[in-house]
Amino acid sequence: MTAGFSVAIETPQRTRPITMAVLAMGGEGGGVLSDWTVALAEDNGYFAQSTSVPGVAQRTGATIYYVELFPKNAGSGYPVLGTMPTPGEVDIVVASELMEGGRAVQRGFVTPERTTLIASTSRTYSMPERTAMGDGRIDSTELVEAALGASQRFIRGDFARIAEDTGSVISAVLFGALCGAGVLPFTREQFEDAIRSSGKGVEASLRAFEGGYAVALAPIRPTVDVTIGMRPDDLPLPGAPAVPDAADVARAISDPASMVGSKLQAQAQRIATEFPAAARLMLVHGIKRTAEYQDVKYADQYLDRVASIAALEADPDGEARLTTEAARYTALWMTYEDTIRVAFHKTRKRRFDRVGTEARVKGDEVMQVHEYLHPQVEEISDTLPTALGRWLLRSALMNKIIFKVTHNGIKIQTTSLWGFTTLYLLARLRPLRRRSLRFGEEQHRIDSWLTLVREYTPGDYALGCQIVECQQVVKGYGDTHANGMRNFNSMMAALPILVAGPMPADRLAGLRAAALADETGTQLAAALPA
Amino acid sequence: MAERSFAQEVKELRLGAGEEFRGEGILAVTKALLQSGVAYVGGYQGAPISHLMDVLGDSQEILDELGVYFENSASEATAAAMLAASVHYPLRGAITFKSTVGFNVASDALANLSSGGVTGGALVIIGEDYGEGSSIMQERTHAFAMKSQMWLLDPRPNLTSIVDMVESGFELSEASNTPVILELRLRSCHLHGTFEAKDNRRPEMTISEAVDNPRRDLSRVVLPPASFSHEQEKVNTRWPAAVKYITENNLNEFVAEKDHDFGIILQGGLFNNVNRALELLGLSDAFGNSTVPLYIMNVTYPVIDQEVVRFCEGKRAVLLVEEGQPDFIEQNIQAVLRRNDATVTLHGKDLLPVAGEYSPAEVTRGVFAFMQKYASHLLDPANLPTITLPREDPRSPYAPRIKADLVQGRPPGFCTGCPERPIFAALTLAQREVGEHHVSADIGCHLFSINAPFNIGATTMGYGLGSAAASGLNGKDANKRPIAFMGDGGFWHNGLTSGVGNAVFNENDQLLVIVDNDYSAATGGQDVLSSHAENPLRSTKHPIERAVRGIGVKWSRTITNTYKVAQMRDLFKEALTSTDKGPKVIVAQSECTLNRMRREKPAKVKAIKDGKRVVNERFGVDPETCTGDHSCIRISGCPSLTIAENPDPMRKDPIATVLSTCVGCGLCGENAHAAALCPSFYRTQVIINPSRWDRFKTAMRTRYIGFLQTGVEKRLAGIEPR
Repeated sequence: MTAGFSVAIETPQRTRPITMAVLAMGGEGGGVLSDWTVALAEDNGYFAQSTSVPGVAQRTGATIYYVELFPKNAGSGYPVLGTMPTPGEVDIVVASELMEGGRAVQRGFVTPERTTLIASTSRTYSMPERTAMGDGRIDSTELVEAALGASQRFIRGDFARIAEDTGSVISAVLFGALCGAGVLPFTREQFEDAIRSSGKGVEASLRAFEGGYAVALAPIRPTVDVTIGMRPDDLPLPGAPAVPDAADVARAISDPASMVGSKLQAQAQRIATEFPAAARLMLVHGIKRTAEYQDVKYADQYLDRVASIAALEADPDGEARLTTEAARYTALWMTYEDTIRVAFHKTRKRRFDRVGTEARVKGDEVMQVHEYLHPQVEEISDTLPTALGRWLLRSALMNKIIFKVTHNGIKIQTTSLWGFTTLYLLARLRPLRRRSLRFGEEQHRIDSWLTLVREYTPGDYALGCQIVECQQVVKGYGDTHANGMRNFNSMMAALPILVAGPMPADRLAGLRAAALADETGTQLAAALPA
Repeated sequence: MAERSFAQEVKELRLGAGEEFRGEGILAVTKALLQSGVAYVGGYQGAPISHLMDVLGDSQEILDELGVYFENSASEATAAAMLAASVHYPLRGAITFKSTVGFNVASDALANLSSGGVTGGALVIIGEDYGEGSSIMQERTHAFAMKSQMWLLDPRPNLTSIVDMVESGFELSEASNTPVILELRLRSCHLHGTFEAKDNRRPEMTISEAVDNPRRDLSRVVLPPASFSHEQEKVNTRWPAAVKYITENNLNEFVAEKDHDFGIILQGGLFNNVNRALELLGLSDAFGNSTVPLYIMNVTYPVIDQEVVRFCEGKRAVLLVEEGQPDFIEQNIQAVLRRNDATVTLHGKDLLPVAGEYSPAEVTRGVFAFMQKYASHLLDPANLPTITLPREDPRSPYAPRIKADLVQGRPPGFCTGCPERPIFAALTLAQREVGEHHVSADIGCHLFSINAPFNIGATTMGYGLGSAAASGLNGKDANKRPIAFMGDGGFWHNGLTSGVGNAVFNENDQLLVIVDNDYSAATGGQDVLSSHAENPLRSTKHPIERAVRGIGVKWSRTITNTYKVAQMRDLFKEALTSTDKGPKVIVAQSECTLNRMRREKPAKVKAIKDGKRVVNERFGVDPETCTGDHSCIRISGCPSLTIAENPDPMRKDPIATVLSTCVGCGLCGENAHAAALCPSFYRTQVIINPSRWDRFKTAMRTRYIGFLQTGVEKRLAGIEPR
């Protein structure tokens, strides 16, 4: 019976229309793409009918455009064309974004017998992906695999980047890919004429068209059959678990000293001799980070701390998860966010360069950068020497004054003489940091945390790893940081109860997920053992 | 000024006899009105019929030449009442709105109009907002046609049929003294196609001629005893007249009527889907040459008894394809068949879904089930569409080919730079301090607040009814007060009286936030009374605050820049804690960005070309200081504020990032301040064609800053490898 599900567009008895669905988000030019297709068809011997659902649905939401084409010479009179895609009967699906391609698969528009799927591998993240407190992204490789399995042919590329590079819009790139795919009975010239006769931004559109065309024409890259399934080799894709560069990993194992400057040679040497191979790249990042944050002595302190954990490593020749994660989170905690660090990064040369590139400053154009800072009393007292900081926190008058100055926020133009000088001087307070109120507090917190790791790891390695990874919930500034810290403390306080019960590592992982589920700590409070 | 310019479409309205019209359905209707000698047009904008209003708004010249009066009605009720011009005068009039919401509002006037009847043709063109892509409750206009006895046309969705039906609609209306509804489905309105145009026609009588020669006929006024004779007239005179016109002019169609002893009755608007189903099953071709007998009801009300009986004669079974519920037509046909002792078996909602849109997929499955029952020998089992397979079959298009959780919902939301977003950011921050409140939402873009990330708004009761919907929650001993939202569109539509006036009169304690973005934005950016734009045809610039004060509100404030989040937050707190009696009204004013950009972008491009000094602004996030907690996104949700791979090899969570689509509205900075977020946000100003002073200043700064930066990099030199 399988043979009965015809793939061909022409059957001996009757002609069927060419059907095409376009999935895009409002404002992405899905309408422009279907308008071009209609003009292309009508000017070249085809009837065309397109429908869409504009209106409120247009405002950034997922939208479907549907086009049917029918040859004028296939009969007399005007054909009866469809106004909606029929699952299983769509020849071409064009998606401006990878999850929209997935949506087309889910809705049955993309089927293995019939459909050529043309989709951008770029992602426009959905609201849940963006608002998650941690990493809520969907793994793009899974979307690509599903699309490969569901389609007859899957033409893909980062069409959004091509649009950006050519200064055009994604609809023009997709139109190019549609042409290159060879699924419509029209020549490239005819495609380009459709763009030309629309008369708007023609030059940029044609450049973008060329980009999409080239992607579709390129031979389909070989797919590598690995144990987890068919995986195209044109990765990485967003949302996939980040994998460090293999060359970096190898270098960090054999010669970490080559990855750091002259001042950190001794520390790199120590990494090479004292630590498990799998953790070395992370440690290299860690010493650079701590030394940059404070000084070389601080990097030594960092290595001492991680070494105390590495001593308990149960898997030194394998993944060395405990050491690697301790190397990660100890460095992150030791380089906690304070005003000095912020001022330091805001004034660095490489930041100026990056902002300029991002704003596309050209020729004699001039760039100005303004910062939005909102220092709170705590953040100011943090930076001051311990005694002074304590006094400031206690002084009602100083609190009032600082609130008055800062409660509406401060705007600083970093590119101005005054603004830059202010931030520059703030960054120069770095040597004072060691004597500040916050520094003392954070060092104490770090040591208590690592003490807990050392206490629980010998009995339960997985639990030790989980305790290390709980540091993930402490991040952000101001209230966000305070909430994270509160969540972290309540998880640590729950440890004695967790170890008394079954599977403490899994349960701690559950608590961490709950802590990252909302801002208020409500889910964590519900999940905590009584 | 509407969201789009319709200069191109206006040209299509000028086409003469024999020329080919190319365009979308709703524009074809507009052209058909002019070809039919319409004398006046009114209506209220709303998807999917906004373009009819917008195009006519841009066609003043043509309307003047033809002597056609066009009005942007204040509401659907206003539009419906406007048809009173056709009661005594032989004026052809047309109104348009989205249905069923528009019909709800218009039904008082339409019921009165239908009672007395019309002399000139009266056409109500409605966009039936039903099924996928609809933004309203799922109901049928059919009920209104039945209750007021208005004829309901539901033509086949191709432009020629639709255009013909406009002309026939006027004639039918005049022949039966009854207003006629032309129903266009969502997709028919936006369907691109062609038809052969005719010349435009001047109305036989113009509005001015009518006004100068007033007429009255007491028997047409709805007041006893005339109202009782109207009812008799409806059934004894107008109905038979309509049936006569419909049958004589073959408005309904028969295809292959006597070819088989089974057949399909369908609403004309569903013809393309039914034909597609038959095509897929091998029973029709692309030109609609069905081998299965069809009775196509281009007029769905009234049902023509004798046509139904004629079609069913000698048939074993008939399938009725009627979209939506209740199944008014099925009940009607059942009654007709019973009264005529017909033996045919009628199928309908037993083989097709009871509720929901009749997509080609649903219709194909329904027709397949019917064919299997009555004529399975006509089906070629080797050539069936996969849609007919059970869902469990791996060849079914619905076979699971992707994990469900990989595809997330993507509901519409506020655009990049939307001035309504900061209102809800500010309310979120205010509620963090003064607690959660009951929020009554309204219709308009601001309704997007009900979704993430704001999750604000508990009910929506109809256009302009946000305030009224909070009136019941006026707890005299409560410690909190309800918050109501309303847009400027809803405010002028009816909210001023139904909401504000009501709250003043009943001393309602609510806080009413009126979102004033200069346009009826959700329907396509049409002007309203309070629009700031100069409109040559309409009177604008009437401030909302003046109106609410005029109606008796004592506590009212207008915010002219909604992006000032801290200021808005403080104002919300003040309004929510004020001890003043009566409604507290905040008018939150900032222009719709979509419309602002459409206006400003071309001007900017021109200025740059002319060598003028132009400042481009956008926001950014420093990846070094962003810790990836995304709290900035949770009080914004802006499409341009998203996430990106963390460039820091030690951090795992994605960082926040600002896309190049950022319009520099300023909300990110204001939020960072008002919510005491992280210091990672910055605003970049790029000065194009800088002045000499700009260049001098920058040269000095660059030298000074460069010198200090070199010193810093020296310290770091020993950390990174050379």
